[in-house]
Amino acid sequence: MRRMSRSLIAASILALCAAMPAAAKTFVYCSEASPEGFDPAPYTAGTTFDASAHAVYNRLAQFKPGTTEVEPALAESWEVSEDGLEYTFHLREGVKFHSNDKFTPSRDFNADDVIFSFMRQASTDDPWHQYIPGITYEYYDAMEMPDLVKEIVKVDDHTVKFVLNRPEAPFLANIAMPFASIVSKEYADTLAEAGTKEDLNNLPIGTGPFRFVAYQKDAVIRYQKNADYWGEAPKIDDLVFAITPDGSVRLQKLKAGECHLMPYPAPADLDSIRADDSLKLDEQPGLNVAYLAYNTTVAPFDNPKVRKALNMAINKQAIIDAVFQGAGQIAKNPIPPTMWSYNDAIEDDPYDPDTAKAMLEEAGASGLSMKIWAMPVQRPYMPNARRTAELMQSDLAKVGVNAEIVSYEWGEYLKKSTEVNRDGAVILGWTGDNGDPDNFMGVLLSCAATGDGGANRAQWCNEDFSKLLSEAKTTNDIAERTRLYEEAQVIFKEQAPWDTLAHSTQFVPMRADVTGFVMSPLGDFAFDTVDLAE
Amino acid sequence: MIRFFLTKLLYLVPTFLGITIIAFGFVRVLPGDPVLLMAGERGLSPERHAELAAQLGFDRPLWQQYLDFLGRLLHGDLGNSLVTKKPVLTEFLALFPATLELAFVAIVIATVIGVPVGVLAAIKRGSWFDQISMTVALVGFSMPIFWWGLLLIIFFSGTLGWTPVSGRISLMYFFPPVTGFMLIDSLLSGQKGAFASAVSHLILPSIVLATIPLAVIARQTRSAMLEVMGEDYVRTAKAKGLPFRRVVMVHALRNAMIPVITTIGLQVGVLMAGAILTETIFSWPGIGKWMIDSISRRDYPVVQSGLLLIAGLVMIVNLLVDLTYGLINPRIRRR
Repeated sequence: MRRMSRSLIAASILALCAAMPAAAKTFVYCSEASPEGFDPAPYTAGTTFDASAHAVYNRLAQFKPGTTEVEPALAESWEVSEDGLEYTFHLREGVKFHSNDKFTPSRDFNADDVIFSFMRQASTDDPWHQYIPGITYEYYDAMEMPDLVKEIVKVDDHTVKFVLNRPEAPFLANIAMPFASIVSKEYADTLAEAGTKEDLNNLPIGTGPFRFVAYQKDAVIRYQKNADYWGEAPKIDDLVFAITPDGSVRLQKLKAGECHLMPYPAPADLDSIRADDSLKLDEQPGLNVAYLAYNTTVAPFDNPKVRKALNMAINKQAIIDAVFQGAGQIAKNPIPPTMWSYNDAIEDDPYDPDTAKAMLEEAGASGLSMKIWAMPVQRPYMPNARRTAELMQSDLAKVGVNAEIVSYEWGEYLKKSTEVNRDGAVILGWTGDNGDPDNFMGVLLSCAATGDGGANRAQWCNEDFSKLLSEAKTTNDIAERTRLYEEAQVIFKEQAPWDTLAHSTQFVPMRADVTGFVMSPLGDFAFDTVDLAE
Repeated sequence: MIRFFLTKLLYLVPTFLGITIIAFGFVRVLPGDPVLLMAGERGLSPERHAELAAQLGFDRPLWQQYLDFLGRLLHGDLGNSLVTKKPVLTEFLALFPATLELAFVAIVIATVIGVPVGVLAAIKRGSWFDQISMTVALVGFSMPIFWWGLLLIIFFSGTLGWTPVSGRISLMYFFPPVTGFMLIDSLLSGQKGAFASAVSHLILPSIVLATIPLAVIARQTRSAMLEVMGEDYVRTAKAKGLPFRRVVMVHALRNAMIPVITTIGLQVGVLMAGAILTETIFSWPGIGKWMIDSISRRDYPVVQSGLLLIAGLVMIVNLLVDLTYGLINPRIRRR
């Protein structure tokens, strides 16, 4: 009876939703946080991209749904010059921008929009660079675009050429990232004339599958299907983001039928979701890695033998079971197994406390004392760093290593962990931005990323490894790049700057009647393919 | 009375200045750095960090930043959020009605139930009603709001399906905000069922938010009544043969109300604190949730100006409470 009344209510709510204007199909997504704004370029949060880049905008190239493979989007095709320095994009014709109360486009998407979208980020002289005071373009910077892009040339209305300073294979993947979303130049001009430039960030106009309708801060975002969409039009008519920050409340809403799909369920709730007939659960390995980074510039951790011995002393399976509650797998490489160039031939260092102890003695490091840094927050790649550190501590005690656990406030942690003279090994992780192996190994392990403030928290600079990465970056031949990255992973494993801990699994619970949702390895939530079964 | 009012008003100036220092200092005393939080795991070179900090004005000495903050404040400029880049005041005004609506309903619930329960417990001192109501009040006072809210959601929304889980109104209703108060806007919208939906969304959060003030008010009313009921003039009134009802309602309650009104006034501060958790659980788009988000992102301008606005509000309410004393008790305004 109880179950029946609940599902009756759920059904009636959904029926009411469905009974909205002209029996429109409304899809409600219980998102986890408010977007920072609706212009994807100045922001870095995934929530913001779900609400802006993935719903409202398109890019020249895009990730094929469910993969990290790059496919044409607003550019129908492209050519790369022999030397890898020139990318010529042929733009799709007849693509319409959305309209709103303030703006109705008079022309289709063209090369001016592309140039505008990039130049406002690239050039400090561009009148739109600081259209909101204090704005910064973090992703454009982080992907090294300022150093990389020499110039952007309009060949004709439907052809744009990017000239690079050096060959860079991940460039196309960068172009598919949210920060590279194409905004309308004509809309920007209209806003500039009206003196309301900030509306570019408040009332977005894009070419994407959904048209922005309204945002009530911290509560609801509303979108409508873009009937003129150049791609396959969405099957739902209205898309609503109901912002629900608490994970348990999100699940209650999903169960009550107040929304159709939610992100980030608590691991403890997974069983109850599986047991509920009105719900279903999608899962896939996340594009992430959790690691323990030694400081390889400080003795005795400058000795690979010591690092390897410590890796062998830590029982990773126990961490997967206790901390990830099974929602993860042991990591042996710095990149996740779903990524191309993953070297599956590599053998992980086995859990073997006896050998570890002997190796430590051999290296003259028995009775070692060390610190383990445990981050204070939960991240998609690490549900509980403190618990992980405690498990490591007890494992290390068994081989005679005395480990002390330290932690700092999150911002401090991020900063102090990059200090060159840091004392201790750091638990941290990474979630991929664009699916390119360089976005893991280059960002986290290259020589260029060492030093104060760099993301190479092992301070590990191996010339051979870095050389392989540089070579791999300068060729567009995937087979060749794969070979180079595979080789790099061999060096990584021999040198063991990290203990690679885990790749976590992502879960997306949804109502049983939701069809067509495709999980993104990049953790994006896009709804252009979803539908509700009748 | 005017002099009384002006003196009270004058006291606000040093208090307000003190609050600006606390609000400015508080968020900067916390470890953490908004620039680093923006960069996340990627890290930030010291040069880029310096560049961004300079852009945001964080590279200057603290006293200079403070004077700057104060100077702009005098011009009515509360600064812009580091995250959304929007003026703090605009965001506050967009979110504040939601909190006010919730807090108002909560304080009405707390007063309307709390005062009679306290009075009844006092005149029936030692009875089962007194014992039970005061035990319940103690439990309510000690209730962890987060847990309590979740419990109510799971029971009333999940199991029974009587109330919606969270939000301010069903998503099927869509109208632009006029006053920002959903109860009023839903009526103005003229959409059928909108008002009922707004009310049903308000029930659980306002109960959760009212819980602690309700307990405090009931206990305070009881003890104030007990004190007054023992006074000579009450005995005299009883001796004169006045009906008991009149003795309690007119003679005793009126005098007992002074500490009770103080307590109700002080609950405004408690409500603002409680709103932070209540709003987070019920996805209520108010200033409590806004402050929490901003603190975790170290959004300095929002935290300092937001605190200032909230503190200013609490101060005004306390001023009003002071003035109410004057109305209730003529002796105070003549002093």
